[in-house]
Amino acid sequence: MKPWRQPSVLPGFGLTFGFTTLFLSGIVLLPLAALVLETASMPWSEFLHVITDPRAIGSYRLSFGASLLAASINAVFGFIIAWTLVRYDFPGRKMIDALIDMPFALPTAVSGIALTSVFASNGWIGRYLEPLGIKVAYTWIGVTVALTLIGMPFVVRSVQPALQEVQRDLEDAAETLGAGRFYIFRRIILPTVLPALLTGFTLAFARAVGEYGSVIFISGNLPMRTEITPLLIVIRLEEFDYRGAAALGFVMLVISFVMLLAINLLQAWGRRRHVAVGH
Amino acid sequence: MPSPAYSLVDEVGTRPGRDTVLGAVIRWTFITVSLVFLAALLFAPLATVIAMALSKGIGAYLATFFDPDTRAAIRLTLTTALVVVPINTIFGFAAGWAIAKFEFRGKSFLITLIDLPLAVSPVISGMIYVLLFGLQGWFGRFLQDHDISIIFALPGIILATMFVTFPYVARELIPLMQQLGNDEEEAAITLGAGGWITFFRVTLPKVRWGLLYGIILSNARAMGEFGAVSVVSGHIRGLTNTMPLHIEILYNEYNFVGAFAVASLLMMLAIATLVVKTFVERTGYRRR
Repeated sequence: MKPWRQPSVLPGFGLTFGFTTLFLSGIVLLPLAALVLETASMPWSEFLHVITDPRAIGSYRLSFGASLLAASINAVFGFIIAWTLVRYDFPGRKMIDALIDMPFALPTAVSGIALTSVFASNGWIGRYLEPLGIKVAYTWIGVTVALTLIGMPFVVRSVQPALQEVQRDLEDAAETLGAGRFYIFRRIILPTVLPALLTGFTLAFARAVGEYGSVIFISGNLPMRTEITPLLIVIRLEEFDYRGAAALGFVMLVISFVMLLAINLLQAWGRRRHVAVGH
Repeated sequence: MPSPAYSLVDEVGTRPGRDTVLGAVIRWTFITVSLVFLAALLFAPLATVIAMALSKGIGAYLATFFDPDTRAAIRLTLTTALVVVPINTIFGFAAGWAIAKFEFRGKSFLITLIDLPLAVSPVISGMIYVLLFGLQGWFGRFLQDHDISIIFALPGIILATMFVTFPYVARELIPLMQQLGNDEEEAAITLGAGGWITFFRVTLPKVRWGLLYGIILSNARAMGEFGAVSVVSGHIRGLTNTMPLHIEILYNEYNFVGAFAVASLLMMLAIATLVVKTFVERTGYRRR
């Protein structure tokens, strides 16, 4: 049988491996296990009752619907932004490239109150949308706007390196041979970029489903209408209904892990394609 | 094969169809759409933070920072980051050393587990500690009997922050140390240097940019975390309110100048983080 660890002249394996696993278990794994066990201690009927409560169903619909919509908006505009940053040169390009990561670095409470004041009916953008009959703040549209902001960098940063990989020679050859712009896009660019675009979409979606801070200010938090699932968990915790909160948290955790699996599979697919294309 | 005499710019200029009218129209459409999208979603909110913070004048803006509750919130946020970031850094090095310097089975599974907190909703990151240490949690009675407070107190805030920032330093150091290889460390050890000397003299200088990168991202998240900390903090003014939580309280009290003034501090932190990040990337250190 192969040994568990291959010999090395370097010291410190026991110390560093021991510390890593101990710390990981204490901070991450045991607390997560507590959530799973708390849910497992519930009778099945009670669990089912909690997670299919109309208020819970309403919150899933908003959380998943708005996250899906936001990730789709990002797939389109994130691609356009990535394309603009990779292919075109214009004044301020480097600065805008650096600012793409702003939603990563900006605390969610800050983006939450800032978006709310921009899209409120007297805000810089809200005041022009209100006469058109579009209310953004305190509706599901506001939730989608907040989730779009926090998901945007995931799509741009996934697509950018993939676009840089597209072989310009192939595009030139295709153009010389008479292919139109759209044909080149569909047959050369899109196949190269697709795995990265899907990865970015999934990352943005996964992040949006669990998002809390940037949403609760702009959403208005009406039960059944503008209440996201993470907020419902917080409300249950404030009522000291730990099991109810744990059950909802368990549902979200399972969904996160499914997303994580999907992301890993997408990235593996992207790597395989990458090899198949023959770089 | 003779190397081409013309420069890259010439080559781009002679690419077929690069300067047609349609090409220019597409180019300017893409640039305009990108800028309008970013202006509405990103630049307008950033500008509004400054505008709202200064809406009653610079005096009202500065007065926020003389409020004892605001000062306590700033102090708590700094304390939390000062505890969490060094611990995460030590963990990052331990994980990096174990994973990059040695070959063992189950390595990729271990890396997946380290990245796990990134996939968990912030609210759940806080809730798991409430389930363990809250009044009706598993250890609730024990902690109460021994008069130890974790939830609604500093230890809970530190634990929740540690969870959400857990992978930040490690996920920079692990791939970097793997990529840089072990040759120099093996040479140092073979020539008689001890483990710690090797680490401080050989490894640490090699990974300094990746380390700085991980630390600033970890720090930004530690200071800005809202959801996880909100669940465990109990929102006690002047005691367990971090800066992001203080923003929420001021905002809900319609003290917009105060809320956006504190927000402007966190925004400056975010900008500083991006400046350092861009600088580190310019040195040649790139995200993989």
